[in-house]
Amino acid sequence: MSAAHSKPVVLILLYAWTSCAWAEALQERIAPCLACHGEHGQSAVPEVPSLGAQTSPYLLIQLFLFREKLRRHEIMNEAVKGFSDDDLRTFADALAKLPPPAPANEAADPARMARGQALVQQYRCNVCHAPDLAGREAVPRIAGQREDFLVKTLREYKTNQRPGYDASMGDVMQPIPDADIPDLAYFSARQ
Amino acid sequence: MQSAGIFSSMRAIGIGLIGFLVVSAAAKAQTQQAADSPPWKQGMPAAIVDSKLAPIAPPPLPTPADKLPLDKLKVKDGFKIEVYAAGVPNARTLRLGDKGTVFVSSRVQDKVHAIVTKDGKREVKVIASGLHRPNGIALHDGTLYIAELSQISRIDKIEDNLDSPPKPTVILDGLPKDEPHGWKYLTVGPDEKLYFQVGAPCNICMPSDRHTKIYRVGLDGKGLEVYAHGIRQIVGMDWHPTLKQLYFSENSRDWLSEDVPEDKLNRVTQPGKDHFGFPYCHQGNFTDPEFGWGRSCSEFTAPVTLVGPHSAALGMKFYTDNGLGDDYRGVLFLARHGSWNRTVKVGGDVLAIKLNDDGTFRSMEPFMTGFIQDNNYVGRPVDVLPMPDGSLLVSDDFNGAVYRVSRAQ
Repeated sequence: MSAAHSKPVVLILLYAWTSCAWAEALQERIAPCLACHGEHGQSAVPEVPSLGAQTSPYLLIQLFLFREKLRRHEIMNEAVKGFSDDDLRTFADALAKLPPPAPANEAADPARMARGQALVQQYRCNVCHAPDLAGREAVPRIAGQREDFLVKTLREYKTNQRPGYDASMGDVMQPIPDADIPDLAYFSARQ
Repeated sequence: MQSAGIFSSMRAIGIGLIGFLVVSAAAKAQTQQAADSPPWKQGMPAAIVDSKLAPIAPPPLPTPADKLPLDKLKVKDGFKIEVYAAGVPNARTLRLGDKGTVFVSSRVQDKVHAIVTKDGKREVKVIASGLHRPNGIALHDGTLYIAELSQISRIDKIEDNLDSPPKPTVILDGLPKDEPHGWKYLTVGPDEKLYFQVGAPCNICMPSDRHTKIYRVGLDGKGLEVYAHGIRQIVGMDWHPTLKQLYFSENSRDWLSEDVPEDKLNRVTQPGKDHFGFPYCHQGNFTDPEFGWGRSCSEFTAPVTLVGPHSAALGMKFYTDNGLGDDYRGVLFLARHGSWNRTVKVGGDVLAIKLNDDGTFRSMEPFMTGFIQDNNYVGRPVDVLPMPDGSLLVSDDFNGAVYRVSRAQ
């Protein structure tokens, strides 16, 4: 084989090797995320959110907030410590590609579902989070999210414990009675 | 009454604001409908199902200098726009120090930045961090005042200590901790007191005694008193250069309709007494469908003018220089951040508002436009700052940048 032929081959091999190595490195780095948040986009850990099909802009904002300690959670603050801006973008994009979580599968109580659906419309959750609650842009997917995480988060927004990025959820939750939170979460978790 | 009000506020708008006139026509149509049934009953559920209106969160990371939308932004003929500084995350309020430092606040991040010009080069430095929604900043006699969500602090001799500034010293705390509309605007009055607001902790609600007010307090944090009542949220105040009255922009409620109510430009003429209507009356002539029953807009202080529905009128400054030409001496520049709660976005520009000698409204026209392209934001203006060389700085919290507008030659 002449030198003239070997050059492209080397380049192709080199490219394949680097992109492979990069993918492997990313997979290795993302493994600790999936240990808690779930291998296939679905979390099995209480109050730990599923990240499957979450929107990338929302994930980027949350990763940024954790890095800057503007959202306090010891494990998450530690996990993204020292991440570069590019790391944040890479992780947000990669996590957004996980498959969507399956809706909570035990038999749903039709009365609660009806109540939840009415509340979702009354409070216009479906306007920002999209009619199927799959989210879009910086507004997160809440369809199929863990019910316990949704209840916890909505309460944190209502009581100003979770400031949020731009405070829009605090605004939304202010007039919503605490008694409506469980049904909102119940419905959303089953979409 | 209402459409007449909207019309009169629009009468002097320049030709660049044609979209706005369409809005005003739509508002008129809306008003005629509203005579038959309350607006909140008008087909809301059906209309909302396909609606995609949501607050637009600014990206957390600033846009690199070479990706800023300079080619999209427009100023009137004879002026030019350049980048003053890029990489200023979530750039919000702009303030100028006596030694030429430009201070920039943020709302969704925890820092205050300083832009320093040295040997023709600009450097962006963090001068305070670990703050909670430090949107309000003001400078007075060399001291930087920072208004966070629920407290106000100060750093003395800030421009002598830009490389290693001390931590801010809290002078006033215990303000309400509500996140909605909790971020503050801060200004120093001709009486050498700090002025700031506590906004409504909601879109629309009956506020507590502590909310929906403008307060003033001494530079030492003592002597807190109410300066005005009935405001929903304020992100821009300035003092009329000759009348010495406080002018401020006010953001009106959402989710009532596409076109009503409009945001307002207000002024305080009766300190301690003026009530601007929230939550009973919006835009000076429209009682709230829930809280307005039994009330009349005539009970409240009327706006100076209306500045567009959901347009998010934010930072504003009187321009007393003549560096932009005689046409602009004495105008009020007002940045409109732009709407989210409206199908066709409005705002996303800087208006030049002219007032009569008695401080009443004369005319307004767009000065800087282009932040909205194809009904999407390429940037969002927040505050304006007249500079000693006659130019005007404009902050953009969407891109984390500060622009400079000056005469072209």
